[in-house]
Amino acid sequence: MSEYRIDRPGLHDDHVGTRFFFVRRITACRYRQCRDGAGSNAVIDKTVADATAAVADIHDGATVMIGGFGTAGMPDALIDALIEQGARELTIINNNAGNGDSGLAALIRHKRVRRIVCSFPRQADSQHFDAAYKAGEIELELVPQGNLAARIHAAGSGLGAIFTPTGYGTQLAEGKETREIDGRQYVLELPLHADFALIKADRGDRWGNLVYRKTARNFGPLMAMAARCAIVQVREVVALGGLDPEAVVTPGIFVQRVVAIGAAQAAERSAA
Amino acid sequence: MNRLSRQQMAARVARDIPEGAYVNLGIGLPTTVANFLPADKEILLQSENGLLGMGPAPDAGEEDPDLINAGKQPVTLLQGGCYFHHADSFAMMRGGHLDICVLGAFQVSAHGDLANWSTGAADAIPAVGGAMDLAIGAKQVFVMMDLLTKQGESKLVAECSYPLTGLRCVSRVYTDVGVFDVGAEGARVVEMVEGASLELLRELTGLPLQMAEGA
Repeated sequence: MSEYRIDRPGLHDDHVGTRFFFVRRITACRYRQCRDGAGSNAVIDKTVADATAAVADIHDGATVMIGGFGTAGMPDALIDALIEQGARELTIINNNAGNGDSGLAALIRHKRVRRIVCSFPRQADSQHFDAAYKAGEIELELVPQGNLAARIHAAGSGLGAIFTPTGYGTQLAEGKETREIDGRQYVLELPLHADFALIKADRGDRWGNLVYRKTARNFGPLMAMAARCAIVQVREVVALGGLDPEAVVTPGIFVQRVVAIGAAQAAERSAA
Repeated sequence: MNRLSRQQMAARVARDIPEGAYVNLGIGLPTTVANFLPADKEILLQSENGLLGMGPAPDAGEEDPDLINAGKQPVTLLQGGCYFHHADSFAMMRGGHLDICVLGAFQVSAHGDLANWSTGAADAIPAVGGAMDLAIGAKQVFVMMDLLTKQGESKLVAECSYPLTGLRCVSRVYTDVGVFDVGAEGARVVEMVEGASLELLRELTGLPLQMAEGA
């Protein structure tokens, strides 16, 4: 267990989940040994068999960051697994509040979200959020987009707070501490932590190193830092060394679980 | 008075964007400014969802759902363009690296306050996005708007009545009847359309407008 705890910091407080993933991890390790033919016990293998296993221990009332800007970078397979898993009363941190009928919008439609922290909920296709908000079923904390990024980054960086110029003198800074620094006015904003982050990246390795694709990167690298347990769906898991170390965007230390949702599975999902 | 069309307003804003500038064009009307930036000048467009060196819309069938702009429309990346995460993107604004940002507005005050994120209506779902970061971040904030509302009220005002996006952040306002500088000195007329006069603009806005120096 102690070895396990070193590379699974996201699971310390949840014994049910820990047991479950202990079993999962052994399965994954055996597979790896077969594949590599190394036979060593000294492994860090963050890959998880599937999306269902990856989100199994997300508890009722959890705070969950979800990457994506609109649908670019939205970890749809992980969200679908979370809906299936059934956790309720979630606090969700995302830039938006769902688009269309899938992903975060579906999580809201299934009434799993109690509170949402975001910058831009109201859009042409945010009907599920709009209905829940107007029915008083969902609480909204509106945060300017850059402050959202900065607060998430602050949490991942271990900062106690930030002073930001954004929002000074507006309704969104009402009641918050302010300070003048070098002649400019700033607002004190607190970091945004999460129990879990659900992120979509393009490729990853078993140590959790990640690269993203185009503008789907958006909040992924920040949320990976800020959550106790960052769960990443990737298009492809590559062998160690398969990612150019000069180009790795998220170093594996920020990532706890990696799930391959390959092209075949993605096609199956879009057909379903 | 010959009011400018939306296209003419966009072309007028584009004329004030110099070669070499790093520019963010807000969602909606400001996005159309891109159509009037001269192709032979290097002007780099930033989109706050994470790209610098944004190119035009892709050809039909070439859209990539992972390559979109802040309005969530498919775009392209120019040779030499790059991608980055949100903390870097907003550091480009807050950190003062972006030269110009063009935004729409509900109201702008004579001293440069901006109101463009909320009408304050009680039943509306609020949404702010990057508006507040853009407003206070870029070195120069240009606003593009009709001078009057559909009801004939001036959107260039002494004090904003709508909720503020940023304080004293706008430098220039491009409207369908003229261009105005705003700031500590109050609102000044930089230029006006044919058939307009300083008296007429004073009447429309209710502001003690002066001509800008050199105008």
